[in-house]
Amino acid sequence: MKRLAPLVSALLALAPLAANAAPMVAEKQPINLHAIAMFFVFVVATLMITWWAARQTKSTSDFYTAGGGISGFQNGLAIAGDYMSAATLLGLSSLVFAKGYDGFVYTVAFFVGWPVITFLMAERLRNLGKYTFADIVSYRLDQTRIRTFAAFGSLTVVCCYLVVQMVGAGQLIKLLFGLDYSTAVMVVGVLMLVYVIFGGMIATTWVQIIKAVLLLAGGTTLAGLALAEFGFSLETLAARAVESHAIGWNIMGPGSMLADPINAASLSLGLVFGIAGLPHILMRFFTVPNAKEARKSVFYATGFIGFFFLVVMVLGYAAIVIVGRDPQFFVDGDLSGALVGGGNMVAMHLAKAVGGNLFLGFLSAVAFATILAVVAGLALAGASAISHDLYATVLRKGQASEREEMRVTRFATIGLGIVAIGLGILFEKQNVAFLVGLTFGIAASTNFPVLIMAMYWKGLTTRGALLGGFAGLISALTLVILSPAVWVAVLGNAEAVYPYDHPALFSMPLAFIVIVLVSKLDNSARAARERDAFDDQFVRAQTGLGAATASSH
Amino acid sequence: MSQTETSHAQRYARIRNHPKFQELARSRARLAWTLTALVLGGYYLFMLVVAFFPQWLHTPLETGSQLTVGIPAAAAVIVLSWLLTGWYVRVANTRFDALSADLLEELQ
Repeated sequence: MKRLAPLVSALLALAPLAANAAPMVAEKQPINLHAIAMFFVFVVATLMITWWAARQTKSTSDFYTAGGGISGFQNGLAIAGDYMSAATLLGLSSLVFAKGYDGFVYTVAFFVGWPVITFLMAERLRNLGKYTFADIVSYRLDQTRIRTFAAFGSLTVVCCYLVVQMVGAGQLIKLLFGLDYSTAVMVVGVLMLVYVIFGGMIATTWVQIIKAVLLLAGGTTLAGLALAEFGFSLETLAARAVESHAIGWNIMGPGSMLADPINAASLSLGLVFGIAGLPHILMRFFTVPNAKEARKSVFYATGFIGFFFLVVMVLGYAAIVIVGRDPQFFVDGDLSGALVGGGNMVAMHLAKAVGGNLFLGFLSAVAFATILAVVAGLALAGASAISHDLYATVLRKGQASEREEMRVTRFATIGLGIVAIGLGILFEKQNVAFLVGLTFGIAASTNFPVLIMAMYWKGLTTRGALLGGFAGLISALTLVILSPAVWVAVLGNAEAVYPYDHPALFSMPLAFIVIVLVSKLDNSARAARERDAFDDQFVRAQTGLGAATASSH
Repeated sequence: MSQTETSHAQRYARIRNHPKFQELARSRARLAWTLTALVLGGYYLFMLVVAFFPQWLHTPLETGSQLTVGIPAAAAVIVLSWLLTGWYVRVANTRFDALSADLLEELQ
């Protein structure tokens, strides 16, 4: 069981901090005025953007996809913003702080999904989709059933991820700002509602861009300040880190965390392909005017994410020396004991050590802004699944007017906001680690297989997509329930039935096998029509002919 | 109604049978799948070394150095796969898009 703890925290590093925060609930800190003042500036600026965006948002296309008018570079920043949550900074740096090189190995796993999205998905998403990824999956399949299923998959992923973010936000803000947990959750929930309801995708994109710039600037400055302490020499940094760390030279090479290859394989499979099934990430590809900009945006995003990950590695190693030897950051000043504020606060302590309270305040405000931007993106993706997929297409068969669809979107957003705040408060003291496994498990085993097969395999039929998707969904869900995160941590059993943290190694291949078998055995007339329709879809995927074009503002 | 449908179907069929379209689809698929195989292959090779030959990554870069081979190796997986995305985007945004624009113009 002990062996699994770092894996769980690695997993959570991607999503929010809920992981480590939840088992040991963060203690409330004194009110941090620097942080609150800087966060206030961010909120005022983003609300002004929302006000401006609200005046630009006239149609459903503006609302869901900013009218397709975002440039590749802007969208690249926004995608990077969607992917780099507060915990990328905090979780990954803490992992390197604790484990050294193993943290680096996990960071690479968080990255390699992006090139694959560039090569196989970016342009097809843009050429075939309009507002949601269900557009692509249902392009030649049964509109009603497939769209309902895809919307359901989106909503499950969005809700799990929202709850994880909310719990992480509450704990982090309590710690950094000295606000009450429930106040923090409400502030996040209400601001998220304002951005999405009034400003739609235009506001959400700009909030995301600003936050990405702040996060990149904050992380890079911190790394610069930290490296200055070592004369900007990686060699000096490595030497001092080795002599400072309890496990010494072992921090420079692979360690015990990867002792179980099956667990590592399942985790990396879930991460690599889970990204390609996250609805709020997929939705970003519809905000650019054409496939050319879609490709550019994922190139920029990949660059920003890769750069930031390398910066975070420097932070982790620098913190081993700077934070790890400074008694003020340890409970009771005991260097071998626990860190003040829990294991995820390494980057924050480093900020205080090298930049003082003002810089700590800045970085805290950036972390808060980061969470806000991510939940806004999630809420928008969830609302579009409800209004565009379920309401406008399935329920009203495409007969709903834009006004009706927009109204439903806004109600859906309010509904999601209430769910997020309510569950966020309800789960305050729960261990929500399993929700992260569930989010990536379902994304990799349900959304991703159905989506990639719809794009690439002529033989896919409605029946195959539905049954394969359900097989992935149910197996991912079952394996997560039987995994240590639920079976042991939540249900209190002694030993997990499924000993690994992540379901993808088993549930993802199962989904693909069922999709292929059922589609092959499907001899219905509908299946034949669906296979025939692939040829036209293929022309559009390759040339962009007939794809939704940008509206001009 | 049915007239437009027929002409739509004919137009798509004409595109599909055009040699330029076939060249476009073939070369795009070749490049995209090759690069995917390179990135995933490189990554899983790295993971295999991590799991089964960890001491390779734990070798000092030079004698007396505390930096190990593993540090640049992990960074290289990130940087090289990013450079490959750059390569794909460049080829797609110039050669493939030009081919596709040519094709659509020819069949106008």
